[in-house]
Amino acid sequence: MAQSVLKVVDIKKSFAGVDALKGVSLEIAPGEIHCLAGENGCGKSTLIKIISGVYEPNSGQIEFSGNIHKKITPIEAIMNGIQVIYQDFSIFPNMSVVENLAFNSELANKHKLVNKKRMRKIAKDAIAKINFEVDLDAKVGTLSVADKQLVAICRALMFDAKLIIMDEPTTALTRKEVNALFKIILDLKAQGIATLFVSHKLDEVFEISERFTIIRSGEKIITGNTAELDNKKFTFYMTGREFEDIAFTPKNTDTAPVLEVKNLGLTGFFENISFALHKGEILGLTGLLGSGRTELALSLFGIRKADSGTIEIDGKEIRLDNVQTAMENGIGYVPEDRLSEGLFLPRGIGDNIIISEVDSLANGIGVLDRTKKKNEIARWVKELTIATPNPDNACSTLSGGNQQRIVLAKWLARDLKILILNGPTMGVDIGSKYDIHMILQKLADEGMSLIIISDDIPEIMTTCSKILIMRDGRITATLNPKETNIQELSKYMM
Amino acid sequence: MPIILKKLTQRNETYIFLVILVLSFLIEFRSGQFFTPNNIVDIASAMIVPGLFAIGTFMVIVSGGIDVSFPALASLSVYATTSTLFDAKYSGNMWLPIVMALAIGALLGAVNGILIAAFNLPPLIVTLGTSSIFRGFMLGVLGAKQMPVIPKGMSTFGTSSLFVAKNAQSGLTSRMPVAILALIFVLVIAYLILYRTMFGRGIYAIGGNETSAFRAGFNVRQIKFLLYVGVGIISSLAGLIRVCMMTQDHPTNMLGMEMMIIAGVVLGGTAITGGAGSLTGCMLGTALIVIVQNSLILLGVPTFWQGFFLGMLILIGTGVSASQVMRSSNMSKLRKTRRAL
Amino acid sequence: MKNNNSKGLSAILTRDVYLTRLITLMAIWMIFMAIFKFDSFYSIINYQTMAAQFPEYGLMALGIMLCMITGGIDLSVVGVANFASIVTGMLLKAMVDPSGELPLIGIPAAILGGLLVGAAAGALNGFLISKIRIPPILCTLGSYELFTGIAILFTKGKAISGFPAAYSATIAGKLFNIIPMQLVFFVIMAAILAFLLNRTTYGTKLYMLGTNMNAAKFSGLKTDRLLIKTYMLSGICAALGGVVMLANYNSARADYGTVYTLQCVLIVVLGGVSTVGGKGRISGVVLAICLLQMLSSGLNRFPQVSSFFIPLIWGGVLIIIMVLNHFTENKKIKSPKAIIKVLNGQKM
Repeated sequence: MAQSVLKVVDIKKSFAGVDALKGVSLEIAPGEIHCLAGENGCGKSTLIKIISGVYEPNSGQIEFSGNIHKKITPIEAIMNGIQVIYQDFSIFPNMSVVENLAFNSELANKHKLVNKKRMRKIAKDAIAKINFEVDLDAKVGTLSVADKQLVAICRALMFDAKLIIMDEPTTALTRKEVNALFKIILDLKAQGIATLFVSHKLDEVFEISERFTIIRSGEKIITGNTAELDNKKFTFYMTGREFEDIAFTPKNTDTAPVLEVKNLGLTGFFENISFALHKGEILGLTGLLGSGRTELALSLFGIRKADSGTIEIDGKEIRLDNVQTAMENGIGYVPEDRLSEGLFLPRGIGDNIIISEVDSLANGIGVLDRTKKKNEIARWVKELTIATPNPDNACSTLSGGNQQRIVLAKWLARDLKILILNGPTMGVDIGSKYDIHMILQKLADEGMSLIIISDDIPEIMTTCSKILIMRDGRITATLNPKETNIQELSKYMM
Repeated sequence: MPIILKKLTQRNETYIFLVILVLSFLIEFRSGQFFTPNNIVDIASAMIVPGLFAIGTFMVIVSGGIDVSFPALASLSVYATTSTLFDAKYSGNMWLPIVMALAIGALLGAVNGILIAAFNLPPLIVTLGTSSIFRGFMLGVLGAKQMPVIPKGMSTFGTSSLFVAKNAQSGLTSRMPVAILALIFVLVIAYLILYRTMFGRGIYAIGGNETSAFRAGFNVRQIKFLLYVGVGIISSLAGLIRVCMMTQDHPTNMLGMEMMIIAGVVLGGTAITGGAGSLTGCMLGTALIVIVQNSLILLGVPTFWQGFFLGMLILIGTGVSASQVMRSSNMSKLRKTRRAL
Repeated sequence: MKNNNSKGLSAILTRDVYLTRLITLMAIWMIFMAIFKFDSFYSIINYQTMAAQFPEYGLMALGIMLCMITGGIDLSVVGVANFASIVTGMLLKAMVDPSGELPLIGIPAAILGGLLVGAAAGALNGFLISKIRIPPILCTLGSYELFTGIAILFTKGKAISGFPAAYSATIAGKLFNIIPMQLVFFVIMAAILAFLLNRTTYGTKLYMLGTNMNAAKFSGLKTDRLLIKTYMLSGICAALGGVVMLANYNSARADYGTVYTLQCVLIVVLGGVSTVGGKGRISGVVLAICLLQMLSSGLNRFPQVSSFFIPLIWGGVLIIIMVLNHFTENKKIKSPKAIIKVLNGQKM
């Protein structure tokens, strides 16, 4: 039996009295594809930083191919073949592909002067390893996300890597690009290079990994073979709870549509989009990244004005030129990237909740009614069960799931007819995910109309009453979730 | 040929150059005096001190930082040098003053460097504070006063010329100061460092993404520290040359120049956020400001219109650049999505 | 945002370690002055002098503070102040009758003229920054040159003087014979701004915009309008500073107070306002102004110490406070709340 390329035993790590890791062990064989899963804050980031030498464990043992270390530095980890690709890829957007690839080795070899020929050769050799075709002189900032990631992977392979650790690698990739990535991971496996990737997406765990480890609250819950895993077990291991997925049936629907879109188009992004949304309906909009679904949502919210077609709300044609018009017509938008688009992290939870309706909490000249504000905040904290001891606490003190609730609360605090949600449960732990789905269904039952944009197929299937599939800027199919299945959906998406 | 043209049109520097060209022709048209030998020499001569300041400022801005203390730093190091040598009745050549001023400049730059690189304090605020400290030290502790006479070696340097250009028509002559060699020398060194050494690439890398630079193995602290020391050295050289060329030391003369220098650097296409910009652009942007300042006289515009024109220049220049950025980011968004379709 | 909801001095002190530090420094200095120069420092005249001196630049600092909350900056304040003071002066001279007397509305009208200039200048800044997206540091740099340039055009580079004595007597005079009018202006402006920031929707929106412009747009805030309003307010503050300068110097020039720009930014930063936006309180800036003014006045009492030491001390205080902050920031990471953040993979 070959030695494990990585073996960590009983790793403990605490930060000033708070235990981040309570004795976690992990073993990866050469060439193995292993998935590390867990909710936000479970300790998987800490574990990775310990493996790569950024943090020192308080106790426990790290073994690289049989060599035992008590603690390591980042350089030592690299020398032992450990490479980490962080979510931001650690690239220099303002510099060329050549420089991005060659810097690490130039620096490691202590070269002081720039030798363009040598650097170019290094770059060429690096991209050859995975047959990556790219313009070496292009500035990395101009490349697509997938290409940036490939640059990062090429760079990682330059140092005799034995184990590549990828942190949530598929977050910004289209389906096609994910397939390409997985193919590369398999190529690496064939070359004897193991991959440890962090993911919370169940379908990816199934698709690519051979073994998996689930961490919860700093403890390893289980390690096993992926073949023996299923949806229910996965959810249970991740959260410790069991959930029943209830498919949504709209009640309270009206025959007159709340929103009617006719031949809507935005040059370069989507065209000929027509659909109707009724009261109490939850419409699912799905498609690969780049299908135009996000741009459509932004057009419906007034951020990117469509240049052809019409939008009718309650039978009246409205020009959604800007966000204010959309909001005045009862449309709200929960954005894709809640951290940069949805929340004001350092500000208080209360401020985050009321910011979109703040004018209604003040008198005619803008003076705030502080009691009204306090009551409003308390109301929403209660209604959405936001876990916080104090609404003045900064938003950044909350977990991902709670943060998403705040973004929701912000919109629910306004009187909405239509709520558009882009990736409502992205990066949210499974427990919160379930809770949010229940909240959305309740909203629909109370008469709101929702549009959910998501590439989480199980989510779409259970939460929506109607599914629109987009591809290449057009709607390719309208399906009823109760009468279709995942395979048919995928067919229309690709 | 088309590829070169395409690449040229994508670069900021081309546009600045065109603006300078158009402006020059305009001035030539109005006054007939722009493209005369003595005017060109005058402009080159006027570029020396701002150009040197700009090189240092440029490198700091590319690294993602900023330094507003350099006029005060230069004033202090130069005053200290000049007054010490004057009091000691120094009569030697220029080398000792240069060594002294640069050494003091390096020391003062190191103060900035430690605070910014070691303590990780925000550069704008640190240099704001040190600017005040340097100024206060010079005026308070050293009791700096105007020096109408400076050591002979220095004034000789300032007034000696490389050659003299004569305008045949008007009979006006202008001397090209020896100091222009200093500018050329520093330019060449800066070019070599920025484009031919890992240290220089590191400056760009840090400006692009400091965390990535650290992870890639750049010694970020060291690079930043040395950068601010370097600015101290170059700025002191600039200040010294200015004092020599004026054959006087007026201690507060240079204070307040920081904003115009930064404006010149930015007009030349250097992003204020760091990571982008070229030495060429930096010099072109500075040249543009110098030309506007110097040539208003040629146009017969009274000097008190200068501020107005400079202000308009900065606003229009940065405005155009800002709308370019907006357009190009929209274009790249379009490009990215189209590719994925 | 801190966790303490309770009011009261002790709560305020623990809430903001930064402010505490400033107050401590001030207390130390006041004790020092009490020991060495009690009579001259703790005299009514001294307080009156201090209170008459700082509003000039204090008002400009208030304006800069507002802009910094949005994550921007206003470097044009001195230019606006001078421009406004020149316009006010010219209006005064235009309204004076042959006997040298001003009509009753003379002074208010002239001041209003100056303030309108400030508002217009600020509107230009705000427009260029929000609609054309010029980075604030560059835009206000350019507009500073522009406004100063226009002021030079008006004055042909000279100082204008010869204003009716009534102006200086009023604005540089004393209310109820004790309180310097300049202080009154400052207090009124500071109070208005504090009210706007703490008690109105404008303030709430401003802090959010400064924290995350993107999220502000997605939340439906009219970011362009907010920015223009803010820079207009800054322009008005600067103009008021110019109005005060006119009374203090009894003349107006295009290039008075050039050191004030950096000085005011220093004050604002010392007052706890973050350069990246989203943070800052009027109380902090007021404290910083008081501290620095006291340092200057105190130093003036020591004839051995030249007044040129003042910028040195101010710069030194700023650096010391920043270094102190740096060391306590590092301690912060050990608190339990911080751990949770780290565990959640969130940035501090």
